[in-house]
Amino acid sequence: MNYDQARWTDDGDDRYEPLLSEKASETVEVEDSTLPEDLTRDSLTLPGPAEPELARHYTRLSQMNYGVESGPFPLGSCTMKYNPSFTEDVAARPDAAVHPDRPDRTVQGTLALCHRLQDYLGRIGGMDAVTLQPPAGAAGEFTGIRIAKAYHEENGDERREVVIPDSAHGTNFATAAMAGYDVVELPSDDDGRVDVEALAAAVGDDTAALMLTNPNTLGLFERDIETIADIVHDAGGLLYYDGANLNALLGRARPGDMGFDVMHYNVHKTFATPHGGGGPGAGPVGVREGLAQFLPAPHVRERDGNYEYYEPEASIGKVHGFYGNWPVLVKAFAYIARLGDAGLRDASAKAVLNANYLAEQIAYDVPFGPFHHEFVASAGDQDAADAAKRMLDYGVHPPTTKWPEIVDEALMTEPTEAETKRSLDQLAAAFDAVAGDSDAELADAPSRPAAKRIDQVSAARTPRLSWQALDDA
Amino acid sequence: MSDSDSHATGSPYAPQTAAETAAMLDAVGADDLDALFDVPESVAFDGEFGIDARSERATRREVAALLGRNADLTEFLGRGHYDHYVPSIVDDLAGRSEFLTSYTQYQPEVAQGFLQALFEFQSMLVELTGLGVANCSMYDDATALGEAATLAQRVRSVSGDRVLIPEHLREGKRAVLANYADGPGLAVESYPMDDGAVDVDALSDRIDDDTAMVYAESPTVRGVIEERLGAVGDLTDDHDALFCLGSDPVALSLLERPVDVGADVVVGDAASLGTGTAYGFGLGMFVTREEYLRQVPGRLVGASEDAADRRAYTLTLQTREQHIRKERATSNICTNQAWVALRTAMHAAWLGPDGLVDLANECVTRPRDLADRLNDIVGVQAPVHGRHHFREFVARTDQPASAIVADLADEGYAVHAVGEHLIQVCATETTAEAEDGLVAALSEVAK
Repeated sequence: MNYDQARWTDDGDDRYEPLLSEKASETVEVEDSTLPEDLTRDSLTLPGPAEPELARHYTRLSQMNYGVESGPFPLGSCTMKYNPSFTEDVAARPDAAVHPDRPDRTVQGTLALCHRLQDYLGRIGGMDAVTLQPPAGAAGEFTGIRIAKAYHEENGDERREVVIPDSAHGTNFATAAMAGYDVVELPSDDDGRVDVEALAAAVGDDTAALMLTNPNTLGLFERDIETIADIVHDAGGLLYYDGANLNALLGRARPGDMGFDVMHYNVHKTFATPHGGGGPGAGPVGVREGLAQFLPAPHVRERDGNYEYYEPEASIGKVHGFYGNWPVLVKAFAYIARLGDAGLRDASAKAVLNANYLAEQIAYDVPFGPFHHEFVASAGDQDAADAAKRMLDYGVHPPTTKWPEIVDEALMTEPTEAETKRSLDQLAAAFDAVAGDSDAELADAPSRPAAKRIDQVSAARTPRLSWQALDDA
Repeated sequence: MSDSDSHATGSPYAPQTAAETAAMLDAVGADDLDALFDVPESVAFDGEFGIDARSERATRREVAALLGRNADLTEFLGRGHYDHYVPSIVDDLAGRSEFLTSYTQYQPEVAQGFLQALFEFQSMLVELTGLGVANCSMYDDATALGEAATLAQRVRSVSGDRVLIPEHLREGKRAVLANYADGPGLAVESYPMDDGAVDVDALSDRIDDDTAMVYAESPTVRGVIEERLGAVGDLTDDHDALFCLGSDPVALSLLERPVDVGADVVVGDAASLGTGTAYGFGLGMFVTREEYLRQVPGRLVGASEDAADRRAYTLTLQTREQHIRKERATSNICTNQAWVALRTAMHAAWLGPDGLVDLANECVTRPRDLADRLNDIVGVQAPVHGRHHFREFVARTDQPASAIVADLADEGYAVHAVGEHLIQVCATETTAEAEDGLVAALSEVAK
């Protein structure tokens, strides 16, 4: 392996101390306040390191962490690609840091940028109107399904079910339930795609929406999308597009053209925002004409060259306390502007080429195909979770494991456009090395990272969720 | 060199060379890139969005020009989004790529750094609230409140679908709660306030055994420190309702501990530390009692051991979460605000307990002193509420509040209008040098 395996650090016998520990914490008595004593707490115990200690603490923690800039991160459906530094700089501009309660006329620049991003996203998705408010993809799903519900209610048409393929992201199911719907799970056909006959049987007068991602989580394009759209629309339901896999389609096909009525964009995946260990993201939602009246309030529009907030006439209300995850939106705007038509199209082409190339190179069986941005290999006789741990020993981050359940011992792999042939070859070498390793080697993995295999069972059986809950506290 | 380095033909972040592309196409047996796309002709798109590629420099100029259209105002604004000074080291350390470019910690062995940082974040919230379980972030205070209401419905021992909220509540928060409440069929009703604080007698009349949750805030949206939270806790206990308290980490550093007033859930925006003003960009905090652990939404980091018996951290109790439990999950949240939580933990550690208490005390004294000064202005009475305040207060103006806000904006200052003749002013350490100017400007426009 060419990867610098020295990135894994090991403290020897002692784990690195929590910052909030007996050694590092201080207790202060709260007694000098000008508030009455019965309104204040007695004391506060928190870490109080000097700045140099703080710098070393977090630098040390960062060294025990793996990011995209450490090496390939081929987590399927997560789209862990390189994000340019310049979008970070742009979002960090001091004049971007304004308070959300300012009068419209004093934030014309902020509103203009929002308006321009709404326009770009609408063009990219083939949608007529876009809200930037949802703060993550799942929040976008919730917004979209609330819009579908408002649409049906406006038509005096109470519908109770949302149909979701078994290969869909877990968020789809949770979102439908959260919005008060019953979930109807749709089995995939033998090709890993929506079973059109099963869909026709599942959809009816009670169907509020079908939630679908295209390409799906197996990386397969739903070729029958027009038939699928007709089935759902003929039954009076709406077609919801989960934008998590939009990275595979930029400039090749648009959800709006495929018949989708409402969609979310994971702008942090498709465009740019480093994932920050699990967020922030942003999940703008696009709708076709006729659904714009239901968008969250407020919405940005242009009037006589000025920008203003207004409340759409049948708005579903709000899905974020203010207007969404603003810095993430600035990054998305800067990234789209930087790439333009040709760059966006090229990004998708390379993401798709990389997935197909990697699928071709590895020793594991890769069912289905042809693929778009991701593929699901099967670890076969190996345990996929063990195989993933073993990949850590070869210095790369493993793919998503054991999901979707359609494939036995699934290794769901998405290399993204950010990898070169050389890094894909190295990744393939890691896959192949693991494929050739024994079960014993897999079971003992990983041996190189800062932590050896972590006991998940004890973590769940005896929850210790804060320093205060540790035995040695 | 000019700035015309735009990659009009491709993405600058898709780095393979033409030779590599050709070799890879050959390996997969495709003639060209177009051949890779399994898209039926009838839904294929020609690729023309009409978005011109710009160079990196041109993109930066464009954003600068756009944002340059924002007025240069000194903000005395709060109401849930606050500006506290964030030390440089937070940007520096949080910007380390191993943190910034990592993902949710599904492979804990190579994510120990972030997991430990999140464990420490959870630990800080446990110390600040006295409650046993903190998750490691929701989107913002409003969505955390929505999640608290749905948790209340799940954990209540008797049925009940009413959620009681204070009359003084930020509209954004109320509207988000209404959206979260709709699915599970919760009824959201408000209870009256008495001089800016909970009217406990009125609340006592409204609460009943069908009440799933009572929400109160301290400080309130008007900056009032609640003095009778213990009475709210007693009322909710009497009716087996959950008591949800809204606050933030700076206020919690000084004010009485939520556990001591009987709070069952604490929500709020923790971005008051670590982020500064970012157009409402938030960090939802969610802390609750251990007995509700298995109903908690979102990510939890737990301590465990690795195969060498050393302490190690991992995401845990994931069977509550959407990627495992699907429609039976406690929440649909997947991507959260982990990196913002990291920043908050860093900022809190930088301040230390004494720094936090000092900052919180300044949040009490500064608005008090500023209100005194505004009260001396002809046409202004401040504060409206005869209570202790935190960061902000409401003032009555003889002139219409909308006119005051507009005229102050022309003078370079921003305050809130919260009623026909009510403005709200937020004062923290970041406004210290501008207070003289605000007093002078308001003296002019309030007459």
